[in-house]
Amino acid sequence: MTTTSPTKSLVIEREMPHRPEKIWRALTEGNLIDEWLMKNDFQPVVGHRFQFRSTPVPNWNGIIEGKVLEVRPNSLLSYTWASMGLESVVTWTLTPTASGTHLRMEHAGFPSEESASYKGAKYGWTSFIGKLEQVAGGLQ
Amino acid sequence: MTSAHANHVFRALADPTRRAIFEELARQGEQTVHALTRHAGVSQPAVSKHLTILKRAKLVRHRRDGRETHYRAQPAALAPMVDWLNLYGAFWRDRFDQLENLLKRMEP
Repeated sequence: MTTTSPTKSLVIEREMPHRPEKIWRALTEGNLIDEWLMKNDFQPVVGHRFQFRSTPVPNWNGIIEGKVLEVRPNSLLSYTWASMGLESVVTWTLTPTASGTHLRMEHAGFPSEESASYKGAKYGWTSFIGKLEQVAGGLQ
Repeated sequence: MTSAHANHVFRALADPTRRAIFEELARQGEQTVHALTRHAGVSQPAVSKHLTILKRAKLVRHRRDGRETHYRAQPAALAPMVDWLNLYGAFWRDRFDQLENLLKRMEP
């Protein structure tokens, strides 16, 4: 199941028939991240700086620079995601369910000057765009 | 993937006061700096400074009418952000599929 929120913020949620501990390994162990996301030197340690590397394409060097922001084993993982000079934040949330795990990923963009106050913000700019699209209409 | 213009747009909207000003203009249509200042809860010089940054990102346009300057939102300038969302939306859906495939292969 894939859903994107009606506000158009970039949220992907899926029910997975796997325990949170197993999904956590796939999200945090470098050799496993290799297999589904990108080559990396990731470590689930707050403050750790890492790179995700994929094949360069025209106008993109294929490198994502990141820094780990928050690590709560088996429940929450958050890191910055900077590419082409634009910084954003990826946050994974794992919630145990009767049949496995509800996995939620939010990719919220914001420029670096706001990063310090990001957690206190009422809403990120992705939901801001959604609100504006409703107002302005026909934006595409 | 992105451009200098996208950067201007992202940075312009980094600030909550600028977002509020832009949102107000998008909602209410054209307004003077005075009207915006009443709404924004910050000083007029501060509002003018924010408007300059929004203008550089082409998010607002202005016209002079006597002593007043009127500002208007240009929502089409948000296009780089919409592009960003579309691009990463497709990327992550694909990666979720690959993650699920990996989980199936892993020990329980």
